[in-house]
Amino acid sequence: MRIARREAALNYLVLGVFSLFAVVPMVGVLLSAVTPTTDPQAGFHLPSSFDLGNFVEAWNRGQFSTYLRSSLTVTISVVILTSILSIFAGFAFARLHFPGKNVLFFLLLAGLMLPAEAFIIPLYYDLRGAGLTDSYWALILPQTAQSLAFGVFWMRNQFRTFPGEIMEAGKMDGASDLRVLWRIVVPPSVPAITTMCLLVAMWTWNEFLIPLIMVSSENLRTAPLGLAFFQGQHITEYSLLAAAGTIVALPIVLLYFFLQRRFISGMLNGISSR
Amino acid sequence: MRLATTNRTIPGASTTRARSGRRPRVQWKAYLYVLPAFVVFAVFLGIPVVQTAQYSLFEWNGIGPSTWVGLQNYVALFTDVKLRDSFLHAGVMIFFYSVVPVTLALVLTAVISRAAHLRGMSVFRTLLFLPQVVSSVVVATTWISIYSPEGLANQVLRAIGLGSITRAWLGDFDTALPAIGLIGSWLGIGLCLVLFLSGVANIPRELFEAARMDGAGALREFFGITLPALRGQIAVALTLTVVAALKTFDLVYVTTRGGPGNSTSLPAFEAYNRAFTTGQVGSAAAVAIGLSVLILVITAVIQKIQPEDVE
Repeated sequence: MRIARREAALNYLVLGVFSLFAVVPMVGVLLSAVTPTTDPQAGFHLPSSFDLGNFVEAWNRGQFSTYLRSSLTVTISVVILTSILSIFAGFAFARLHFPGKNVLFFLLLAGLMLPAEAFIIPLYYDLRGAGLTDSYWALILPQTAQSLAFGVFWMRNQFRTFPGEIMEAGKMDGASDLRVLWRIVVPPSVPAITTMCLLVAMWTWNEFLIPLIMVSSENLRTAPLGLAFFQGQHITEYSLLAAAGTIVALPIVLLYFFLQRRFISGMLNGISSR
Repeated sequence: MRLATTNRTIPGASTTRARSGRRPRVQWKAYLYVLPAFVVFAVFLGIPVVQTAQYSLFEWNGIGPSTWVGLQNYVALFTDVKLRDSFLHAGVMIFFYSVVPVTLALVLTAVISRAAHLRGMSVFRTLLFLPQVVSSVVVATTWISIYSPEGLANQVLRAIGLGSITRAWLGDFDTALPAIGLIGSWLGIGLCLVLFLSGVANIPRELFEAARMDGAGALREFFGITLPALRGQIAVALTLTVVAALKTFDLVYVTTRGGPGNSTSLPAFEAYNRAFTTGQVGSAAAVAIGLSVLILVITAVIQKIQPEDVE
């Protein structure tokens, strides 16, 4: 489409201003993180020299290697569990016929809207009663349950659009449902599965409330939870906090920059198809 | 909306057709496929939701015996000043998280309605969307620094000669709540803009050309074509931002813990605080149920503006 030069200039101006508005706080964090501690701490300043000391300091004073390991363990577990369970359930909801299907599906769907507060209070007491609080299980299983609402919904939508003839052909050749699912339906669905995994990974990595309530040992703290405690101990050391914040946000932000199309389309489609 | 099409494909229809129109055979194996997901969902989410409703009818400090109080915890949502305020504050959050970004993004979309076709749009989209993927705790620590006495907010105000109104924005009774709200506006604006621009890109060009031939001005073009065509995207944007506003917990927990005084307490924070610090578990459960109902009702109302799927 041809766009007049003046219109294009206006568009670039508006987009530029608002993109800047979106990234200025982030750029501020990065600048602050490489600012030597002798410089002014708060505000937006160009650092007098490029100094990675804050990262070293944050890494050593906080237990960030522990927090990252914990986050990684929880995130990978939730992603694997959610994708396997969602692929099976999504396939059944999309392609198999069984009584109670709609009721079960709408129950799952309700989980998409509910705030975590709606289930976390009794869940804490239930898990404490079972001796499961302050363990990886208390982080992994509730977050898997939360992700399943989205995952099942997402996979069902994906599998519904899968051409039925191809599955029929597989069945004619004598393949079982299970074989049809894993050999015929799943391989071409890998892009959709990847998108689901990315979104679930992002939500799990960034989750704050569930770790806050479920764990008390420092070595189980996830990265955002560790950062919140770190912030409480170093309230005005902004450069140190900026470095710590960068460490916590970086893994997902990097993933996002490499796979931004999947993130954006996944979030917009996943949500708009609710 | 995809949900509207639930009945369009009868499950297993293709099987039936292949077998000369018999009723679809019940595939009992399906339960084995659904069971693992459903058990995890039920044990860790479904049943606890029912328990929350049950808790909300009792007074319990989390340790000792509990007392049946009927609907008293729900009455308190309206009569207890602290709780009532937290829901009123949620209304303020909806204004900042939802009304501001959706309105602003609509105005901007009207101004730059053809930007989706610009070169370099994907770069802008990536940047505008970036706040969505950053951990809310990192967002919170970032804005704590921005709002600090020597932070960026005050720096900008001093630079434009408004040094007299500088303050510790998160520590002031009057400004703490709007200050948190503005973080929400910052989060929402890029999301809404990306959403609306992608929606505008799908409107057939001929519509605009026809309107221009008829001599329609920019304003009529916007209200006559753009706005109606964006109904679906507006519904999505409102749902997302309103739900985010009502669920706000992380930001408040990290920035103010509901303070100063009570000025930034929100329902999600009250529920947490009552359940896990002040030993009012029953009341916390009632707040949680009240909040959930509010979210479900508001999202159902918003769905009404979404166009029906005509396929």
